[in-house]
Amino acid sequence: MHVSLTRAYRFSASHRLDCASLSEDANRRVYGKCNNPHGHGHNYRVEVTVRGAIDDATGMVMNMADLDAMVQGSVVERFHLANLNVDPLFAREVPTTENLCRTIYTLLSHTLPARSLDRVRIEETENNFFEYAGESEHGEA
Amino acid sequence: MILLTRRADFSAAHYYWNDAWSDAENQRVFGKCANRNGHGHNYTIEVTVAGEVDAQTGFVVDLKELKDVMHREVVDVYDHRHLNLEIPEFRNRVPTVENIAVSAWQRLDGRIRGARLHRIRIYETPDLFADFYGSADRDTGSAA
Repeated sequence: MHVSLTRAYRFSASHRLDCASLSEDANRRVYGKCNNPHGHGHNYRVEVTVRGAIDDATGMVMNMADLDAMVQGSVVERFHLANLNVDPLFAREVPTTENLCRTIYTLLSHTLPARSLDRVRIEETENNFFEYAGESEHGEA
Repeated sequence: MILLTRRADFSAAHYYWNDAWSDAENQRVFGKCANRNGHGHNYTIEVTVAGEVDAQTGFVVDLKELKDVMHREVVDVYDHRHLNLEIPEFRNRVPTVENIAVSAWQRLDGRIRGARLHRIRIYETPDLFADFYGSADRDTGSAA
């Protein structure tokens, strides 16, 4: 009997969308205002969903304090008030929120207990949000 | 098939405590939530049902009826109550948001006419919620 538990975290970061293999003109055309060389930023809201059986003794799928410590340590402290483009994780990848979502999923999949991570959902603004639940749900495990 | 979700709110008190453990162990595991004076939340419950659209009414379920069932079985039972002290299922079960989702499912399952219960989501705060898709949901991966 499995339950999913979702907790939201926030961080603020800057980025610039610019693809090294495209020309300046192409980058401006593809990314528009997001290609501004000086960068811009967002207040990101990240939902982390863990999934598992409820422990009979605690009534919990996962202790919130433990989850908070793991997400703060591996994600929030890394990206809060940072420039995503200079993070080595984005050395070869444009820091779109699609890529950020997948990157955070990967970071958490190495930090959280095995098989507990279900999904990462990021809101870049209240109108743009992105979800990643790993590849296995599409049969590409 | 259409999924339809109805939302409602209730406010309740609770604390986290396991009688089988020492005071120190309860404090270590549950932290501030182990304060026996209790604390409270404004909870939101989302009930999602799955069903076919009735050709005549255009409804999956009668929303008024769904609202009445949600209130009778869950909201009116939990609202302005102390979950540990007043709700039978939490006498021996810690009233975490996970367990509230399971209990709400058990209270509602089979009581919604014309549709199948699909998901219960309980928000303890806007930034913390639990989803339960029924006791048959044991596998990892997509829960739907």
